[in-house]
This record gives sequence, C-alpha cells and structure tokens, in this order.
Amino acid sequence: MQALEAGPAPAPRRQLIVGSALASVAMVMLTGGMLAVWSLQRRRTVDVGEVWLPEGVTIPEVPVNVTLLAFIGICTFAQWAVYAAKRNDRGHAAFALGVTVLTAVMVINAQAFVYSEMGLGVGDGTYAAMFYAVTGMFMALMAIGIVFSAVVAFRFIGGRSDREIVAAHAIYWYTVAAIFAAIWFVVYITK
Amino acid sequence: MTTLDPTSDTIVRSGDVVDDNSKLEAVLAGVADWSTSTDHKKIGRLFLGGGLLGLLATVVVNVVLGIERADIATVDQDAIAQILDAQRVSLVFATLLPLSLGLCVAIVPLQLGARALAFPRLAAAGFWLWFGGLVFTVIALANDGGGLGGNADMVDLFIASHGLMAIGLAAAAGAVATSVLTTRAPGMTMRRVPFFSMSALVTALGLLLVMPVLLGTLVYLFMDHRNARQGFGGNTGIYEWALWVFTQPTTFLFAIPAIGVLAEGAPLLFRLRTPARGVMFAGLGLIGFAAFTGVAQQAVHNLPWAGSDLFIGDSNDVRTKLDDALPWAMFNLLPLLGLVIVVLMSLFLAKPAKGVRPNLTPAFAFGFLGAGMVLMGMLGTALFAIEDLALQGTVFEEGALIYVVYGAVLGVMGGVAFWAPKLWGRTLPAAHLLPLAGLGLLATVLASLPSYVEGFDTPRDVYSVLVLVGHVLMGLTVLAFVGLLAKTLRAPADEPGDNPYDGHTLEWTTASPAPRANFVDAPTVMSSEPSLDVATTSGSDT
Repeated sequence: MQALEAGPAPAPRRQLIVGSALASVAMVMLTGGMLAVWSLQRRRTVDVGEVWLPEGVTIPEVPVNVTLLAFIGICTFAQWAVYAAKRNDRGHAAFALGVTVLTAVMVINAQAFVYSEMGLGVGDGTYAAMFYAVTGMFMALMAIGIVFSAVVAFRFIGGRSDREIVAAHAIYWYTVAAIFAAIWFVVYITK
Repeated sequence: MTTLDPTSDTIVRSGDVVDDNSKLEAVLAGVADWSTSTDHKKIGRLFLGGGLLGLLATVVVNVVLGIERADIATVDQDAIAQILDAQRVSLVFATLLPLSLGLCVAIVPLQLGARALAFPRLAAAGFWLWFGGLVFTVIALANDGGGLGGNADMVDLFIASHGLMAIGLAAAAGAVATSVLTTRAPGMTMRRVPFFSMSALVTALGLLLVMPVLLGTLVYLFMDHRNARQGFGGNTGIYEWALWVFTQPTTFLFAIPAIGVLAEGAPLLFRLRTPARGVMFAGLGLIGFAAFTGVAQQAVHNLPWAGSDLFIGDSNDVRTKLDDALPWAMFNLLPLLGLVIVVLMSLFLAKPAKGVRPNLTPAFAFGFLGAGMVLMGMLGTALFAIEDLALQGTVFEEGALIYVVYGAVLGVMGGVAFWAPKLWGRTLPAAHLLPLAGLGLLATVLASLPSYVEGFDTPRDVYSVLVLVGHVLMGLTVLAFVGLLAKTLRAPADEPGDNPYDGHTLEWTTASPAPRANFVDAPTVMSSEPSLDVATTSGSDT
C-alpha cells in the first residue's frame, strides 16, 4: 500500500508542562481527598462531644505561618528561574533554582521543628495518626520538589538550558504552595 | 524539550541462538530487554500479560468461592475471608485495570502517529510498581492479611501494596494522557483523534483523578491500623473507606477502553467513514464524566414507586419522588446513556451497504459483545441502587461487577486480536476467534446473570452452580485465547500486510509488526481516517 507522505517534524507540544499540570491535578486530588477525610473525622469527633486536638497538645503557630510565607519565596524563586531561562541567563537560572532548593529545605526543617514541639506520638490516637499522614504526605511532595529543582539546576549548570522544564518545575511549586495553603487552613488554623 | 527515548532496545531473535551458553545468555538478555524496555508496545504487552495472568487467578478464586457456595465442598472459614478479599482485588486490580491500561499503552502512540509514548520510563516504572504491589497483595492474602484478615502485619502489607498499585497505575495513566494531549501527528486535531485513543484519554484522566484519592485514603488506613486503630475501624475499616474503588460506578471508568474498541471496530464493518464523530466522543466522555461524578457517591436511593401513582394525591408526592429520582438518575442513568449512545452509533455504522462485503473484525465482534455485557452491568448497578428492590446484601452487586469486568475483558481481547498484526506481525484466525467470542459471551452471562436472578429470589445452589460453570468457561476462553495467540506466534509468519482489516486510522499505515519507533517518518494527517484516505487515493490512482 502507498505510504503517507512524511510531514514536517512535529511541533513541540509542551510535553513536560502538560505532564507537570496532570501531576499537579493528581496532587490536588490526593491532598483534597485527605483533607476531606480529615474534616469528616474531625466533625464526627466533635459531634460526639470529644475534642479533636488532644488535650495538652499545642501547635506551634510561628513556624507554620513562616512556612506559608516561605512558599511566597519559593514561588517567586521558581518564577525567577523561568524568567532567567527565557533570557538564556544560565547563571541567574541556576542561582534561582538553588535558592528554591534552599527554601524548600527550610520548610522541611520547620516541619521537623513543629513535630518536635508538639511532642505527639504517632500512636497517640486518631488525630496523631492522621496528622502525621497528612503532613508526612506533604513532606514527600516537598522531597520530590527538591529533587526536581536539583535536577533542573544541574541541567542548567551542565549546559542543558531549556525553558520548558523550568516552567514545568514552576507549575509544580505553585501547586505545592496551594496545597500547603489548604493544609495550613484545615489542619493548623481550623485545628 | 522532548522526553521521547531515542535509544533502541536490544533485539533477541530465536535464530541467533547457537549453543547452550548462548541460549542462556539470550534468555537473560531477553528478560533484561523486556524488564527495562521503554518501548510502549512492550510495556503494554507486559500489562496485558499480567492482566491475563490476573484473570486466570480471578477465575480460580471465583471457582473456589463457587464450590463453597454451591455446597460442593467445604472451604475453611478463615480461608473464605481471604478468598472474598481476593475476589474483589483480583477482579479490579489484577484483571480490569492492567488489561485496559495495557491495551492503551500498547496502541495509543501507534494511533496518534507518535514515535513513542510520552514519559516511557514513567510508564515502565508504573508497570513494575503495579506488579510489585500485586505480588505483595498475594503474599499478604496468603498470610492471613486483607480486609478480613487476622495478621496485623499482613493487613498493613495489604494496605501498602494497594498504595503501590495505585501509584503505578496513576503513573502509567499519566503517560497515556500526556501522549494523547501532546504527541499527536501533525494535522491530528483533537477532533481527529481515533475513538480508541479518546477512550484511553478519558480513562487515563479518570485514573489520575481517582487513584490519588485512593492513595490518600490508604495512607490514613495504614497509619491508623499500624499505630492507633481507633478512627478507621481497624482492618474491617478498609472496605468501609476503600470499597468504592472495587465496585460500580468506579469500575465503569476502568472499562471505557473496551468500549473504545467497539467504537474503533464499528466503522470498519461496512467500510464507512463515521459521521458526527462528536456524538461518539460525547458518548465516551459521558460515561467517564458520569462515572467519575458517581465515584464518591456510594448512596442508596429510596425510590418508592411501587403501588403509588405519580399524579394522584397532593403535589408534594410528585416533588418528593422527583427529588429522590433525580440524583439516582444522575449517578446511574448518565453512564448508561453514554454507553447507549456508543452502541447505537455502532449499530448505525453497522448498517449494511450495497455491494460491500461485511468486514467483521475482532474489534467489532468482541467489542460489541463486551459492550453489551458492560451495559448489563450498568443496568444492574442502576437497579441495585434502588432501596425498595431490597437488593443490598445479596449477590446482585457481585453479578454487576462481574458483568462489567468480564465484559471489559471481552473488549480488550478483541483489541488484542485486532491489533495483533501491529504488536506481533501476525493475524489471529477469524475462524477461531469468533467461536471464542461466543464462548466468552456465554461465560460472562453464566457467571453474572444467575447472581441477578438470585438477588430477586432466595439463594439456591443451582444459581451458584451456574455461576461456577460461567467462571470455568471464562477460564477456558482465556486459555484458548492465549493458546491461539501462542500457536499463531509459533507458526510461520503469515505476512498480514500493513492493513489486513482495512483500518481507517494511522497505525495501519506503518509496517506489521510496527518498528521500534513506530513510523519511519512523521505522517501528516488530513482527516479523521488517514489510512482510508490513502487507500481511497491508491484505488483512484489505479
């Protein structure tokens, strides 16, 4: 049979950006589902006259609020990397990515501080198990983000500067920031 | 940037083997080749192979359960708990999901004119995560784990292994969805995407939305069961919180690619171009959309219609009934409507044309029967949700699940047979395939319909015996299908040609079997039926 005529090389279709957007949707569903179950369990506990946050446990609010503010920094740095990559400014892009990693590490450090200050054992009831499940899942997303940022930074340092992966990386951090805002409100503020 | 993998895999040919050592090396090289391959056709076939093995395991589990229910032999009561767990897991996670997703991974890039799947390593990792999770699930169930098990560590393993499977399936689904959205050939707009690829996109997006929710729930269940055992009811809470993924309407979402096989095969029957493609897209999309909206709504609806007139009495009577009926209709009739649209469009395309010999492809034969069975499952699910019929607590729901799963299996088997020339370079003989489709239909009906009848009747041994026979027949169907495939592959090459079924879509323009990078040159698409365009042009030239 006659073959179809060969066409021009396929135009770039922003594969990484689409992939990152789909991953973001999955992350939102993951956290949204967990927070929905959190709210349901909280309501059930309160409805039977019990307290949701165990007696004697205090959530340190300063590191939690600082973490929320830190995400403004992370998003800004990620966007700075996109801006620099568009101008093929490898130095600034690598620096912005490095600062993104550093800020993300600080967020993990703040979460570890929250854990130590709360003094809550993972086996201390439903609240504790769910608290560590939600925040632990969030820490996993942070760790993935740090690896993502590091990979992109090393690609730039190594001379493979392409914009698409930096934009995809920024989408990831925007989503993580939105997810933390939801956790901040449901877990730390509403309590 | 592109994530397409330009490297070629090592190819091991049987003719290369010259002595025992090199035979062993060839086997090892073959294993390494398949286990590390980023070729979507291999990853898809790994999923399909795993799914067929899972289907055989499903049949065995159901046969043991049938023997117990029919009082043919007595099974240890502790083991029954594991078998009941295994039945749900094997039907959905070991059979339906890998078969549907495997066919999508194997075929979608070919249909899109792409050289590779997007994120092929992610898809390969997805397969191994799914497979590893399945192995751990079997280990957990074999050691008194599962939702009804008594070994706490094995219950933990059961929960964690489902998390692994959920991550793996979501990863592979992400690769499929990204492929459809980004790797289409030049000129292939979304309206020109083949029906099967569109069904793959709907399922992949559905999996990306559903699997993370399951994962989050499993994380809670694991943490609670491992540490506190207060908030989620211990091991029995697993099904309270996660049963929705093992039942309808979630399973409808997983069965959509099997319906896509029918949509793909229908226009070939009388070599027609599909008018109003948007209607077919709408049908496929409606099933996915309605099934997804119903996923989190495991509600039982009270529809007290019996013995009461709609328009007699005060106006509140009508209003109350409509208030009850609308949510039920939204969650149960909309997916049904989507499938009816696809089936009616297929029947419309199957209208005989003068002077055209029918081209009965495996895609249409298996796909039509499979979609019919899924339709029966949807009907059953709609009835099951009506509280007044008192079907809750009976085996009726199990019948609906088996209708959906076995119906989807039939559709996927049709897809495998239809695209066998592209995957293996061989055509499966139609003379053997059509009786197999009939046997599969009989098996599905026998394995499901008696459960429907039993739902309205009192439990009787005869129903269990009929269901048992149905599962045995399904086992025979699968074994015969695999045997036929193996026999065809071992026979001398039949050189099916590039387009043995007069297919309309892009995969039929490349060689059989499809080369490593699928297409020598990126084809340009000018219509929804590019292969038919070429055939028409060739015909007019001569």
